[in-house]
Amino acid sequence: MRLETILNLLIPAILLATALIASAMDAPYIITLATRAAILALAAVGLNFALGLGGLVSLGHAAFFGIGGYAMGILAFHAQTYAPLWGVIEGTRSMPVIWIVAVIASAFAALVIGALSLRTSGVYFIMITLAFGQMLFYFAISWPAYGGEDGLSIYIRNDFPGVNTLVPINFFLICFALLAAVMVLFDRLTKSPFGLALQAGRQNPARAEAVGLTPYRLRLVAFVISGAITGLAGALFADLNRFISPGMLSWQMSGELIVLIVLGGLARLSGPVAGAMLFVMLEYVLEGLSTYWHIYLGAILLGVVLFARGGLIGLVAGREVAHE
Amino acid sequence: MSAALLIEQLLNGLQFGVMLFVMAAGLTLIFGVMGLINLAHGSLYMIGAFAAAGAAAYTGSFWLALVAALMAAAIVGAIVEMVVIRRLYDRDHLDQVLATFALILIFSEGTRFVFGSLPLYLDTPSVLSGPTTLPGGIEYSKYRLFIIAVGLAVGAGLYGLIARTRLGIQIRAGEADREMIAALGVDIRKLYTLVFALGAALAGLAGAMIGAIQAVEVGMGEPVLILAFVVIVIGGIGSIKGAFVGALLVGLTDTLGRVLLPQVFGLVMDASSATTVGASLASMSIYILMAGILLFKPSGLFGGTP
Repeated sequence: MRLETILNLLIPAILLATALIASAMDAPYIITLATRAAILALAAVGLNFALGLGGLVSLGHAAFFGIGGYAMGILAFHAQTYAPLWGVIEGTRSMPVIWIVAVIASAFAALVIGALSLRTSGVYFIMITLAFGQMLFYFAISWPAYGGEDGLSIYIRNDFPGVNTLVPINFFLICFALLAAVMVLFDRLTKSPFGLALQAGRQNPARAEAVGLTPYRLRLVAFVISGAITGLAGALFADLNRFISPGMLSWQMSGELIVLIVLGGLARLSGPVAGAMLFVMLEYVLEGLSTYWHIYLGAILLGVVLFARGGLIGLVAGREVAHE
Repeated sequence: MSAALLIEQLLNGLQFGVMLFVMAAGLTLIFGVMGLINLAHGSLYMIGAFAAAGAAAYTGSFWLALVAALMAAAIVGAIVEMVVIRRLYDRDHLDQVLATFALILIFSEGTRFVFGSLPLYLDTPSVLSGPTTLPGGIEYSKYRLFIIAVGLAVGAGLYGLIARTRLGIQIRAGEADREMIAALGVDIRKLYTLVFALGAALAGLAGAMIGAIQAVEVGMGEPVLILAFVVIVIGGIGSIKGAFVGALLVGLTDTLGRVLLPQVFGLVMDASSATTVGASLASMSIYILMAGILLFKPSGLFGGTP
């Protein structure tokens, strides 16, 4: 087995083991941290479709994360107030239904934003995705129905058929299962004709077009898949905190998602997972060291960008991403 | 709505626009010459505002505060360029985004560490405080007129610098072909540091001027940075003229949208929902403007082919 394949199995296994051991030792805070890492990893695997495979530096993925979060918040809000949305749509507290709505809503947003933004490339694309993210952020702030700037609390975590989601480890396992499923999807798609064509379009757009591929359509599909998965993660993140706010849509969130991927390793299957685990751990450790822990985070990030470009996976398994 | 109010709002939009231009000019110059996307430009704006507030508190003079803001931002800019930014010119945009994102974290927390979390305030000088009467009998803030004047002067100065001076020739040549001008004996590293410090000083100036209208606080730079991005995307990246036109468009659209949209919706719905819908749409108006322009001109109004 190749080193990277071992890492791809080992890294999620460490996350799972951490949560299970914490559960056995009755340490719910550690389980919450592990859940947070799993959800951020899911969002970052989503972003990795666009960023890693497609080479699309989206600085607006918080938009999809937030849309997923608000999908959960709005449905659960109408369920908890028993007031149907626009007088017809009942709210729901069922996770699978919320997930489907979150995925569809964020996929649709990604389709619109992607169709417009992908007309451009390079630095324009970065700025435009950032601007669209900011547009939704300000919309969420100025729209008072769901808390506006203050956000919205949901009192009870939503239900999953047959599982008591109030038990921390159960909710972790739900998130972990979704993460695992999306990682399998990422792995399959990377090796599929679609994934190979997408990567060809990233590596050499002119040649890709010359052999008859249309990078615009490939990129749009990747962007939509990417947005949908990040939206799903947003719904889970809202359920973890039982709170939604415009903060989920902020540009810092978009930046952090990119940071997760690059800390772990760009375009690597388990890169975002390693990055999310490292990020949550850094957050936890540095926060304890100093109120001004963002300085250290910034310094570490700067160091990784300037001197360790392959990220964590790159340090261990080498820079090349080979295909079996 | 009276004509006087409309003119006042037009001037507010103009003031907001020229302030955005001062920010965006540096950003677009740095991108045009060095090919660098600099997220930390907002931090330099913040540093300018804090330096001004600090110097004003110490010396009591607004004018010394402006000088301090320019110097502080230019010096920090030059140091950052030599230590970090210089290593990023031949990297891809993703690395530039990440490294400058890291710089934002460092600058924001560093400023919080030095100045604390409470906002600071900068007073307008007595010469410029209070309103003045414009031709036609309209009362308008002297200080905002001052900002408009400074912004226009910066625009004229930049035009003169780039079109008429030796440094301007080198900057334009650097945009066109950096290897060639290095081969012709221009010290390209020094030129890049200079351009970066110039952009930084402009950001610091914008921050100091706005610091007298708004609170000076950590995180004040990023919303302005993102608006400056919208401006240069609309105007075309690398074009100072585009930045000027884009900044005025964004400034006017945003300001007038906030005033007019609630009134427009008030014609078709009740007052409270008109305010809500109008305010929400107004907060999105400049992004809708940007999307509209991109549909027709993907590389902005004055940009080349992307």
